[in-house]
Amino acid sequence: MKSKIAIAFENCKKENRPALITYTVAGDNTKNNSLKILNKISKHADILECGFPHNTPIADGGQIQGSSHRALKNGIKLKDVFQIVKKFKKINPSKPLILMGYFNLIYQSGESNFLNNCKKSGVDGLIIVDLPYPENKNFAKKCKKKGITFIQLLSPTTSKDRMRKIIKDSHEMLYYISMLSTTGGKLKVSPKKILKNYNKIKRINPKKNLVIGFGITDKTISSLKSANGLVVGSMLCKIITNSLKMRQNPVTKLDKVVYNLKRKII
Amino acid sequence: MNLKIKKGVPLIDQHDKNFMYGGKFGGNFIPETLKKPIDDLTKLFSKLRKDKKFLKDRDFYFKNYIGAPTPFIKLEKLTDYLGGAQIYAKVVSEANGGAHKIYNATVHCLIAKKAGKKFIVGDTGAGYAGKMLSMAAKKFGLKCKIFMGAKDIKRQRPNVEAMRKNGAEIVPVTTGSQTLVDAVSECMRYWVANCDTTHMCVGSTVGPNIFVKICAWSTAQISRELMIQVKDEFGKIPKKIKLLNCVGGGSSAMGFWNEFMDTDAEFIGIEAGGPKNSKLHAAPLTNGSKIGILHGSAQYVIQDSEGQIGRTESISAGLDYPGISSLHCFLKDTKRAKYTCASDEEALKAYQLVSKFENISPSLEPSHAFAEAIKLAPKLKSSEIIIVNSCGDSLKDKDIIKQKLGSYVR
Repeated sequence: MKSKIAIAFENCKKENRPALITYTVAGDNTKNNSLKILNKISKHADILECGFPHNTPIADGGQIQGSSHRALKNGIKLKDVFQIVKKFKKINPSKPLILMGYFNLIYQSGESNFLNNCKKSGVDGLIIVDLPYPENKNFAKKCKKKGITFIQLLSPTTSKDRMRKIIKDSHEMLYYISMLSTTGGKLKVSPKKILKNYNKIKRINPKKNLVIGFGITDKTISSLKSANGLVVGSMLCKIITNSLKMRQNPVTKLDKVVYNLKRKII
Repeated sequence: MNLKIKKGVPLIDQHDKNFMYGGKFGGNFIPETLKKPIDDLTKLFSKLRKDKKFLKDRDFYFKNYIGAPTPFIKLEKLTDYLGGAQIYAKVVSEANGGAHKIYNATVHCLIAKKAGKKFIVGDTGAGYAGKMLSMAAKKFGLKCKIFMGAKDIKRQRPNVEAMRKNGAEIVPVTTGSQTLVDAVSECMRYWVANCDTTHMCVGSTVGPNIFVKICAWSTAQISRELMIQVKDEFGKIPKKIKLLNCVGGGSSAMGFWNEFMDTDAEFIGIEAGGPKNSKLHAAPLTNGSKIGILHGSAQYVIQDSEGQIGRTESISAGLDYPGISSLHCFLKDTKRAKYTCASDEEALKAYQLVSKFENISPSLEPSHAFAEAIKLAPKLKSSEIIIVNSCGDSLKDKDIIKQKLGSYVR
């Protein structure tokens, strides 16, 4: 059976456009609001990434750190994250949702226990920032057994030889980090160069759905639309921060922003 | 499974193919972007540590720049006062810059030069790692950036001034608890974004495996010197000898113990117990914290049941870290070393007592180790030997000491 993630990519290909992938943090700024945000933006986004926050992240920039901090301050726990996913999936059963976070939370909850909870709540995929290849091989296999897509990351520093190995062992989706940066950095590489790298990876295995993330905003998204998918994260976290500052409703604000992002890639 | 240390193999090399000690500590839990820079550094270091020219360079700078050997002295008055075991100190604070952090900083600068990097970044808690890195960077012509928690910048002023004088840029870290743990995170994040041009120096035996290795390999100079000094003093390694060292990240203790690994010497690591009546501490080994992942490495770490890293508190900025080197976790589980802790108050008292009786004045970090020596010595026979690594000088803590005790005497 095809995964919901694979189907989402197929549908986008039919429409000749990249998949729009959003990243927001579970519990930002409240449990309720983060669920409302997911429900709203899922009308425009094709795949939703949902962060489970960690208080010592080593690869996140200021915006996502801010979102994680707000969520943790509100007392978000893993069980709440799964509740949010479950409630979301009840309303949007076919919309793929990917959890993203750091390995220590999985380690503490136990790999199998964590994956069971993923399965029960309807999680479709996982991105674990600090569990690289080949250390992640066993865990990725466990995911596969549960029908959960483990998304391998590739970066501009990944050698070609290493890329081949990672891609060979990967599931249907891969994530290319556009540049050397934490999340939310300013795009310091030209879209042309990013796409050149992107195409190099695509040539290794054209069948894999390859998405680009890091540094993508409403300003840069249209220049990268030949990719299979594009991830926007920090920009959305920043909008939540700003709307809270201006006492605006982050849910309606985010709805508009994601709608606009979508328009730029059609 | 009974974990064991192999004899005749450097401790830093006793890991498996995933760079884990005892199958559960250490490793490389890092973002994909850092895989290649860490692989490159791992290859370069394994080549350099066998390179005669590099070792000659290292020894040259250790001798002429850092000043080897640092003194090994008997604390006669303290021994007489306490009665019991003979107390000695290895006065590592006599090294250039005033602490053991200079060994790691110097080696990292030598490696950065070999790697062709022009920029070097590092984290710091007490400010020693930062001060030494800024010193060494200046000496070797590297541009230097230091990440330091905003809380630590306030409480370790003398070292901050020294870093500025050395021309380093100090980046205040205002996230989280604004101490060492956040400084290390921020420094790693900076490296993720700049690893193509910049070399990173992790300030202690923590972080991804290669940084644990380089740091422990560098500070091992302390025990190479001590081994000779002990044999000079006693004719051989005494049967009953205890090596006491404070542990935060664990770099000075690793250096202090390394050459004695296969001897009968007893190792005692002293963690920061925090304020006397506080639940907060920085002693994951003493208080039975669970294994978790912090800064790319699996280790015993203070955390909640979910895996969020816990808050710590200690009067000593250098020990104020929720985790501990994977090597110390390995030493604990193999029972090669014992770990205990001393409270803020005990450390302050120890500083006072040692400074009053002796010509040395330990900083608040080694004062934790002296506190244990003071507890232990009267219970032991006069034939037994205690050696404390006095790895920092109290001068950097004069503001804190003044505030806590009313006056500062050195």
